[in-house]
Amino acid sequence: MTLQGKDLLGLLHKTESEIEYILDTAVPMKEIISRPLKKVPTLRGRTIVNVFYEPSTRTRTSFELAAKYLSADSVNISGSASSVVKGESLVDTARTVKALGADIIVVRHAMAGAAELMARTVSASVINAGDGAHEHPTQALLDMFTVREAKGTLKGLEVAIIGDITHSRVARSDIWGFSRMGARVRVCGPPTMIPHGIDTMGCKIFDKVEDALEGADVVIVLRIQNERQQQGLFPGLREYANMYGINSKRLGLAAPDALLMHPGPINRGVELTGEVADGQQSLIETQVTNGVAVRMAILYLLAGGGDANVPVD
Amino acid sequence: MSLLIKNGIIIDPCAENRAVKDILVENGKIAGVSEHLTAPEAEVLDATDKLVTPGLVDMHVHLREPGFEAKETVQTGTLAALKGGFTSVACMPNTYPVADNASVIRYILGRAQEAGNAKVYPVGAITKNSEGSELAPMAELKEAGAVAFSDDGKPVNDAAVMRRAMEYAKMLDAVIISHCEESTLAGGVMHEGTISTMLGLKGIPAAAEEVMVARDVILARLTGCRLHIAHVSTAGSVQIIREAKSRGIKVTAETTPHHFTLTHDYVHGYDTATKVNPPLRAPEDVEAILAGLADGTIDVIATDHAPHTEEEKNVEYDLAPFGLVGLETAVGLVWSQLVLPGFLTAEQAVAKLSLNPARILGVPAGSLEVGAPADITIIEPRQEWEVNPESFASKGKNTPFAGRKLTGKPVMTLVNGTRF
Repeated sequence: MTLQGKDLLGLLHKTESEIEYILDTAVPMKEIISRPLKKVPTLRGRTIVNVFYEPSTRTRTSFELAAKYLSADSVNISGSASSVVKGESLVDTARTVKALGADIIVVRHAMAGAAELMARTVSASVINAGDGAHEHPTQALLDMFTVREAKGTLKGLEVAIIGDITHSRVARSDIWGFSRMGARVRVCGPPTMIPHGIDTMGCKIFDKVEDALEGADVVIVLRIQNERQQQGLFPGLREYANMYGINSKRLGLAAPDALLMHPGPINRGVELTGEVADGQQSLIETQVTNGVAVRMAILYLLAGGGDANVPVD
Repeated sequence: MSLLIKNGIIIDPCAENRAVKDILVENGKIAGVSEHLTAPEAEVLDATDKLVTPGLVDMHVHLREPGFEAKETVQTGTLAALKGGFTSVACMPNTYPVADNASVIRYILGRAQEAGNAKVYPVGAITKNSEGSELAPMAELKEAGAVAFSDDGKPVNDAAVMRRAMEYAKMLDAVIISHCEESTLAGGVMHEGTISTMLGLKGIPAAAEEVMVARDVILARLTGCRLHIAHVSTAGSVQIIREAKSRGIKVTAETTPHHFTLTHDYVHGYDTATKVNPPLRAPEDVEAILAGLADGTIDVIATDHAPHTEEEKNVEYDLAPFGLVGLETAVGLVWSQLVLPGFLTAEQAVAKLSLNPARILGVPAGSLEVGAPADITIIEPRQEWEVNPESFASKGKNTPFAGRKLTGKPVMTLVNGTRF
C-alpha cells in the first residue's frame, strides 16, 4: 500500500488504513534507533529541507535526526535567518527550496494553511510540522504510536485532551487521528478556549476537568501559553492551575492504568504538576523518542518507500 | 443616429407588466417604448427572446484609483462593469488618498470621463482618512459629485461619530452607507463557525456584524438619517433590518452575489479567493439572505467588486487582503441562484440591480421611461457559460467562481445610447 498524495498536510483526510500503515512502518524505525549504531542507508542521496518559520527545538531536531538516521541530507532554514526577513513570499521560498533540490520540505509556520499553500506550489513532498492552529499531524501520529505501543490498540479508548483547544493544532490532529482509529475523544478547557463547534469534529466537550478525566485511558495535557492570559482568555495562571491543572488527585479520576502525555515543552506547576509529569503514568519522554521513529516512517514513506523494502534488514 | 431594439422582453421595474416591446433610442435618450415601433432611419437590433432591462447599477464597487492602480483602474473597472451589464457604478472611497476631499472626487470623475465606459458615481468618506474620528467635509464632497457617504472597508467604530455623521448627512439629504463590523469582536479572517474551527483560522462571528447593524438602525431612528447597510451577510442582520423597516426606520440594505451563493465551506483548501469581508457565512445565513431578498428586506444586490493582484492573493490565508471581484459574474449568479430557482422574479431581480440602488443614491438610472437616458442592458437569460477569470476585463482575477457554470448573461450594454 502507499499513502494518498505526495504530502502529509493533516489527518483530516487520512484513512484508518493509512494511519495504521504509518504506525506499522514506525515500529522497525524504532528498532533502528534503539541500536548502538543507529543509521541505515535507506534515504541516501535524498534531500530534506526543514523550513521553520516558528521557533521549535523539539520538532525540528526530531525531523533532522530522523533524516540523518535514514542517511538523507538535511538542512534547516529558519524564518528569521532566511529571505523571509527580506520580504520573500512563502510561495517564492517554496520554489527556491525546491530549486535547490529538496525532495521533501518540512514546514512549520504560524499561519493555518501555510503547508497546503507550499504543497500546491511545488512538486516536492511537503510535510506539515505544524501550521498555526490547524494541524500537526506528525505529533498526533507519534501520540497514537505511543498509546498503541503501551495499550496494544487504540480502539475503544477514552482519550481526554485538556487545555487551550482553540489555539492547538495538536488537539485538532489528535481528534481526527484518534477518532479515526476507533478511540473516543473528549476535550476540556475554559469555555474561552473551546472553539465554536469543535464537537462537530467528533469529540465531546467538557467544562469540568473532573468530568473529562473520569475513566479516561489517555490524558493529553496541552501547554498553556502565557500570552493567552494577556488576550483575556483566562484570568491567570494560578486560577488555571487550580481549575484545570493535572495533579495526582485529578489523575486518580482517570482509569488506573491511564497514560499521561504532553506534546511539550511543559510548564511544571501550571497545566500539570512535576509530580505527575515525572510519575509512573507519564510517557512524555517516550513520546519524544517515538517522535523520531514516526518521522522516520513518514520520510521513508513519502520518499517512495513501500512494502517491498521496509528497512528491517 | 437612432437605434431600434426590436421584440425584446421588457423588464422595467417601473412598468406594470412584462411585455414584448420595441425601444427606440435617439440622441442618447429613450425616445419610445411600445409594440410595433417603426423608425425607418434607425438601425435595427433584434432582441427576440432576450431581456431588455434598464442599465444595471452597482452601488458598491472598488475602482482602486487613485493609489492602487495595480489592482484596478477606473478604465478597467468601468469596462468590467459594462461587460457585466452595469451602466452605472458607485465607487467606494478607500483609495489612496482616501476620497475625503473634493479633489479626489473630481479626479475620479475626470478619469471616468476619460474612460468613457460606465457612469461613475463616487462615494465620499464619512470621516477624514476614514479613520472614524473627524467628519469629512461632506457638503464639499457632495458639491464635487459624491452621491453618498461611507467609510467602507472600515466601520465607524465610535457611536458618537456615527451619530454626528448621520445628523450632518441628513441635512444634506444624503445616505450613509455603513460597513457594519464591531472591530473588537472581529479581527478574524473567515466566518467563526465549524469550518474556522476545523481549519484553525481565526473567526469573525456573525455577532460582529449584527451588533453594529443594531447600533446603526438605532442611530438612524435617533437622527432620521437615511441609512444603507452594506453587504449584509448574516441571518441576524436580516432580522434586525426587517424589524427596523417594520418600525418605519429609514433603512435599506444590500447583499452580494457571493453572500447569497457561497457558504464558509468554500474556505476548505485555504483558497484566498474566498477571503472576503464580511466573510462567507454558514448555510443558515445564506438561507436568511435568500428570504430577505425575496420579502424585500434586502433592497439591493451589489457586488462589492474588490480587485487585488495575483501576488497579493497568492499568500498565506491570514496575509491575503479581503475581497473578490464581482462585476462580471453578478448577472449570471443572480439568474442562476435567484431567478431560475424562483427566489425572485426577473422584475424583482432587475429592481434590486437597477431601480432600487438608483433611488437610494438619487442617480438618474433604473428606468426605461421615455426621456430617460438610454442606459440599457440586454440579457440572454438562457445562455449557459463558464466563468473564466482570464477573460475578465477587470485587472482582478480573484474570484471563487472560476470554472463555475452559470446561466444568464448580459450580452449588450448601452450607455447614453452608445453600444458596448
